Amino acid sequence: MGGNPAENHPISFKYLLKAKQNGGKIVSVDPRFTRSSSQADVYAPLRSGTDIAFLGGMINYAIQNDMIHKDYVVSYTNASFIVEDTFSYEDGLFSGYDAEKRKYDQKQWKYKTDAEGKTVVDKTLQNPRCVYQLMKKHFERYTVEKVCEVTGTPQDKYIEVAKTFCATADPKKAGTIMYAMGTTQHTVGTQNVRSFAILQLLLGNIGVPGGGVQALRGESNVQGSTDFGLLFGNLTGYIEVPQAVAEQASLEKFLGVVTPKLGYWVNKPKFLVSFLKAMYGKSATKDNEFGFQFLPKIDPKDYSHIALFENMYAGNLDGAFLWGTNPVVGGPNALVEKQALGKLKWMVAVDLWETESSSFWQKEAGSNPEDIQTEVFFLPACSSYEKEGTVSNSGRWMQYRWQAIKPKGDSKADLEIVHMLARRLKEAYKGSTKPEDKPFQAMTWEFGEHDHPDIDLVAKEINGYDTVTGKLVAKFPDLKDDGTTSSGNWIYCGFYPEEGKNLSQRRDNKDTGMSNFLNWSFSWPVNRRILYNRASCDPSGKPYNEKNAIIWWDESAKAWGGYDVPDFNKLLAPSDEGGATAFMMTGTTKGNLFAPRNEGPFPEHYEPFESPVQNAFSSQQINPAIKIWDGDHNPRGNSEKFPIVATTYRMSEHWQSGAMTRNTPWLAELVPHMLIEISEELAKDKGIKDKDKVKISSARGEIEAYAVVTKRFKPYTILGKTVHQIGMIWHFGYKGIVTGASANNLTPHIGDANTNIPEYKAFLCDVRRA
Amino acid sequence: MNVSRRQFLKLSGATAATLALVELGFNENEVKAKSKDFKIAELKPTPTICPYCSVGCGILVYATDNDVVYTEGDPDHPINQGSLCSKGTSIRQLYTSEKRMLKPLYRAPGSSKWEEKEWGWMLDKIAERVKESRDNSFQIAKDGITVNRTEAIASLGGAALDNEETYVIQKLMRGLGLTYIEHQARI
Repeated sequence: MGGNPAENHPISFKYLLKAKQNGGKIVSVDPRFTRSSSQADVYAPLRSGTDIAFLGGMINYAIQNDMIHKDYVVSYTNASFIVEDTFSYEDGLFSGYDAEKRKYDQKQWKYKTDAEGKTVVDKTLQNPRCVYQLMKKHFERYTVEKVCEVTGTPQDKYIEVAKTFCATADPKKAGTIMYAMGTTQHTVGTQNVRSFAILQLLLGNIGVPGGGVQALRGESNVQGSTDFGLLFGNLTGYIEVPQAVAEQASLEKFLGVVTPKLGYWVNKPKFLVSFLKAMYGKSATKDNEFGFQFLPKIDPKDYSHIALFENMYAGNLDGAFLWGTNPVVGGPNALVEKQALGKLKWMVAVDLWETESSSFWQKEAGSNPEDIQTEVFFLPACSSYEKEGTVSNSGRWMQYRWQAIKPKGDSKADLEIVHMLARRLKEAYKGSTKPEDKPFQAMTWEFGEHDHPDIDLVAKEINGYDTVTGKLVAKFPDLKDDGTTSSGNWIYCGFYPEEGKNLSQRRDNKDTGMSNFLNWSFSWPVNRRILYNRASCDPSGKPYNEKNAIIWWDESAKAWGGYDVPDFNKLLAPSDEGGATAFMMTGTTKGNLFAPRNEGPFPEHYEPFESPVQNAFSSQQINPAIKIWDGDHNPRGNSEKFPIVATTYRMSEHWQSGAMTRNTPWLAELVPHMLIEISEELAKDKGIKDKDKVKISSARGEIEAYAVVTKRFKPYTILGKTVHQIGMIWHFGYKGIVTGASANNLTPHIGDANTNIPEYKAFLCDVRRA
Repeated sequence: MNVSRRQFLKLSGATAATLALVELGFNENEVKAKSKDFKIAELKPTPTICPYCSVGCGILVYATDNDVVYTEGDPDHPINQGSLCSKGTSIRQLYTSEKRMLKPLYRAPGSSKWEEKEWGWMLDKIAERVKESRDNSFQIAKDGITVNRTEAIASLGGAALDNEETYVIQKLMRGLGLTYIEHQARI
């Protein structure tokens, strides 16, 4: 659901087919009958943007039919926590909403605590104010009838999906959910994922082999680049970026705010201080808060992709670096993002190809070069096998890529480019006595004295050193908060435990049990392959499913044993204090069924920003906590003018904005045209035949494409009304061997209430023959 | 599509490969006898990981000093066990594609064309621009709170880069004081 692994992660699908051969069932839920659907035992369509309705109904189905893993729910989730009386829900809104600010006061959603400050619990789950009962009540409204009216799913199919998946509540069975951007790219994307988590926790499917919620990342190193702090709100290893507020104005205050009182994150001070030591070396001392003040502080506001481009469009930015990214095709409201680049004074594009973004100023782009004053620097990068380094896959395996050939022509590795630039900047700021230059002067850059960097030094800095002895740190439990250790990214600490031993280079492909391959590459954290695997055993340490046991408590050895690195303390007996703690990183040490987010602690269905129907669940039409970007450059479409629901997706043969694949002759030939898929019924209404050229318009723009008339889309009946949906690939632009119109010229600047990921997957359009 | 079938074959070098296979026919002994003539017989494969999706399939690259001769799924890799999808199969062309950019290019304000430049010239100029923008916009404090930042420069992308590269990007950018740091996980 929300992913199409048969086409977009094809090799992963091999394992689904293997599972099917072994008696497993594949369930596919998608607005379009995809190639994944074609291999499924059960397929159910749903209208784009109605995932919470669909999943809320499944949560309700599991509870009403007692298809939950009770022991797991009581032991490992926060189902038993009592919530304060200030929390309530009514007609689409939780308590504490400020309509003017479109914000909630989350203090009203706290747990009840006793005199000692401990959370009050009711393990019988009968108290009407416990999370379980509140959740049960919240989702009672999600009946099969109501859900199917909103999603457009045939009721019999819906019940078949619910029955099939909820059967995994049996402790002897496991179920996994594989999702991708079909889940996240919505104004309710975060709560879509939360709905998966709630369902999986109720079924006891997290932390068990074959279970989990699998984020199928779209790029080879989305996992790694996120782990390494390339989003505005996170430093490396998911440590928060400090904010420019009085409560976080010192290292001590900041750590007080961001360090939870429970679970493994209590060690955050050790990880942050070690990070600061990696950033600033000897300039990070106890007396200067280990350089905490050198770090840039963000305001408590949004700096994410859409906000960034809105600010660029408003002329508030001077310059930008584009590291192998192509927002003129891949960004939302792409025509506006192209214009925004023209407001920069300078831009640096690092890529293998001349992309639509690096050439945004050209006539081909529809621009008038004379009018664009942006100075553009194009730096040719080499491909992944013309250099060496590691990438982290969706399973967090950090795998080494060796260099097969020297970079083609004058192209260079990004590592070298960054290094060369850093050396020049270091030189430029050398000797300055200005206070504003101090932070940059304090930053260490010890990756080699010449323009060619030593990647081994980078790898070791990431792992971390004992700053006293100069030895590599063996594992992150050894990190300290007194400045005696450094680590560029604590979650990776341990991949390089001693000189000459970079574990990401391991290639022993012997199965060490349960297909974990523990001696192949390195998986963070500490080579663990299944996160929260403690939850695969009952509180006494006995596997819920002996047949597929992954770890267990070995009483004779007084230690955890098995086929994976146990989560977390190997010697902690189940009977010891904390010995039955399964979720050490969630703040509560429990799997959180109730989890405050910007729009509430439980998922609630809201319609997409642009929708053809009224919200049937409440009078709140859209997510009450999303930020709305006003302005003539970002108009909102209505269903009178644009009655058709549209979504975007990828094909096997192309990748993302197409920069790589439209420049690759074989792939360019396989899919040479921009196309949309439309149902036979809509095609008939509009007089469109297969392979006709059509125009697709939205409130933002209009594009041309070929129509593929197909049975893969079917009209929905939503609340008694016929609603059509179309789909389109987003791989095309005006550069490359093959060219075509960009789907993102149609999409709006609107994002999720927590992550601000754009709502690419549900917007309104109209279609006509060209 | 902007290329004809014939151009396509020329571009990809598929003609030679096809002929070679035809010549060999399907006689197994003949294949064995001829295999020493395969270019890759003399080459040592270099293991890499597919640059496309996040499954993390292994690929072997057979290269000479100045050409990528052949690539194939890594049969020893526990995830893909030798198999690849259409994208993974085509990674040789990331090297051989005529569309690869091989020189640094500069576009002056208002200009309608690229100019070839040397690396040193480009990096010196970029460093100058970064310094100007940073120095003109740098904030040491806001409302009495130390912020040490510039909000005039953005860093975008990185999801297709190596971990080591993403680490040095975040280090340099945060070192300079950037707050606008984003990559493809968001979009």
